[in-house]
Amino acid sequence: MIDLLKSVGRWLDARLQVGSTIAEVAAHPVPRSSASWWYIFGSATLVVFILQVVTGICLATVYTPAADRAWDSLIYLNYQQPLGWYLRALHGWGSNFMVALMFIHMIQVFLFGAYKFPRELTWVAGCVLLLCTLGMAFTGQVLRFDQNAYWGLGIGASIAGRTPIIGFKVVDLILGGPIIAGETLSRFFALHVFVIPALLIGFVGLHLFLVLRLGINEWPMPGRIVKRNTYLQQYHELVEADGEPFMPFAAQKDLVFAGLIILSLLVVAAVEGPIGPNGQPDPTIIQTVPRPDFFFLWLFSLFALLPPWTETVLMLTGPVAAIGLLFALPFLSGTGEKSLLRRPFSVVIVILVVTAIGTLTWLGTFSPWSPVMDAWSSAPTPVDYVKGRSPLELQGALLVQSKQCRNCHSLGGQGGMRGPALDDTATRLTRDQIVRQIIQGGGNMPAYGKNLTPAEVNALVAFLSTMHPLNEPPARDSARPAVPGSGN
Amino acid sequence: MSPSPEKTSRRSFLFSLGIAINAVAVALFAIPVVGYVLSPARRFTWLDWIELGALTDYPENQTRLAEYVNPFKKAWDGETAKIPCWVRHLAGDEFQVFAINCTHLGCPVRWFAESELFMCPCHGGVFYSDGRHASGPPPRALYQYKYKVEAGKLWIYAGRLPTLGQPQA
Repeated sequence: MIDLLKSVGRWLDARLQVGSTIAEVAAHPVPRSSASWWYIFGSATLVVFILQVVTGICLATVYTPAADRAWDSLIYLNYQQPLGWYLRALHGWGSNFMVALMFIHMIQVFLFGAYKFPRELTWVAGCVLLLCTLGMAFTGQVLRFDQNAYWGLGIGASIAGRTPIIGFKVVDLILGGPIIAGETLSRFFALHVFVIPALLIGFVGLHLFLVLRLGINEWPMPGRIVKRNTYLQQYHELVEADGEPFMPFAAQKDLVFAGLIILSLLVVAAVEGPIGPNGQPDPTIIQTVPRPDFFFLWLFSLFALLPPWTETVLMLTGPVAAIGLLFALPFLSGTGEKSLLRRPFSVVIVILVVTAIGTLTWLGTFSPWSPVMDAWSSAPTPVDYVKGRSPLELQGALLVQSKQCRNCHSLGGQGGMRGPALDDTATRLTRDQIVRQIIQGGGNMPAYGKNLTPAEVNALVAFLSTMHPLNEPPARDSARPAVPGSGN
Repeated sequence: MSPSPEKTSRRSFLFSLGIAINAVAVALFAIPVVGYVLSPARRFTWLDWIELGALTDYPENQTRLAEYVNPFKKAWDGETAKIPCWVRHLAGDEFQVFAINCTHLGCPVRWFAESELFMCPCHGGVFYSDGRHASGPPPRALYQYKYKVEAGKLWIYAGRLPTLGQPQA
């Protein structure tokens, strides 16, 4: 039996001629120092990508990329297709895993100076893979054709539409027509299933080929300076003196980690289930609060927080500048120190970028800048705030609800966070200041002068003037006498 | 011994010819492909007159949600062919018809009749009842459709997702 297998193997190798190549790849020496647990993230990203291809093909056998059927086919996948829910979960969570692993890999490569001479193009290929992966994430979110996908496309189109002169043409091209509809979905399907995966596979091949040909980056040591004329010789000597065959010496750690990643993906997908879809993509259902998937939440937050006058410029030039800088990195600092102990500025950059993106993502999960659209009708006035109030003040409390004040201002911790909480308004504003603020607005508050009768303003102010803790007196206008009945 | 000049030139001629033929062929091939891919941008205006219903559907001094079917719909557009808009009836034949899309990033604005404001759920844009910008990041007032009143019906001139760069928006 073994003999038979061996002879089949020999026959195949005689025809295929790959045995020696595989043996060469497996045995190629890598620096002992680079067979480290820090070097496992790239291969894990690739493994998750392969899983994505498998689950993606499976989903494509059922999913219907037509605007009038896509959502139905997702619901079918979730509830009727045997194991459809699990494959959708694996694909959705797999994309989260892939994006996360890719970013960790990228940060590791950056911190270890692996992009420096002679591996500049390995980094550039990696940057293309980064763009492709994010492209897959965005187009995949569109294929989950629900309300978030629909309005997410609207956001994408609105950004593209800000391009000077040709903006509206770009929008037509992205949408495949004048509105978000059937041809939009078909375009994104073609991108997600054919164009970007083809690019990904091609550039993964190039990326791996370069890693093999140029050798994996050695563990950076402070003081070991990369110079163009000596590095190759030094690396060669290092591998000669202190090298180990890739298989199994380095590959075993990749193998263990990749296995653990697959297992955790299987568990997370089983526990968390498929991601969406939420409501059907019917634009006439406007009771919706569109949010992107978590890896784009930081951008969503940024668009809310950028000063409006900088927005168009930053939306259009920011991505170009950021991507350009990424691509240019190995050409700007292709030599010199690799060790992060000697590159404090690089460490600071990573910490700043990770903190900024992390903070923006966290803010995006509760979007304090957005009105809470149903707070006025769903969050009751705290009972303590109506106890012992006069009829006029109670009328004001009613107006705080019915005029949607709660959508932007919270009471008792419930309601919007766009404006300041109203619980202690009276300690901050005098009666006159409250009147002015309501009627004229300002500080990002709309002016309500036209939308309220004088009687309503009077009632609102009466109520808001009571909004101070018992142990803290209300703000007082020093020009007015502090006598009972004078207003303050 | 060097190859005879005659042989070399024949060989290189064939090779050059091959490259030339392929260059022409690929260029010819690219014309329909590029034309096909860019075709959605070839049309300049995607606008048409659309009937929004009888004037009596829109009481004076009120703002109501209306919806229409996009005039350029495809058979497989499904629900996405339906587009909502806000109709504000001022008086008589005077209207304002606002696009649903926030001028910031296109999310659907919602009308609150009590406070007479449009609010956007995405980044907190707020607009007054006449579409003017009230607060938040939007760079301009709500988009308005051209409208006309004919034989007791309200018509709007629409058909394209409004974005900032559009000449007619």
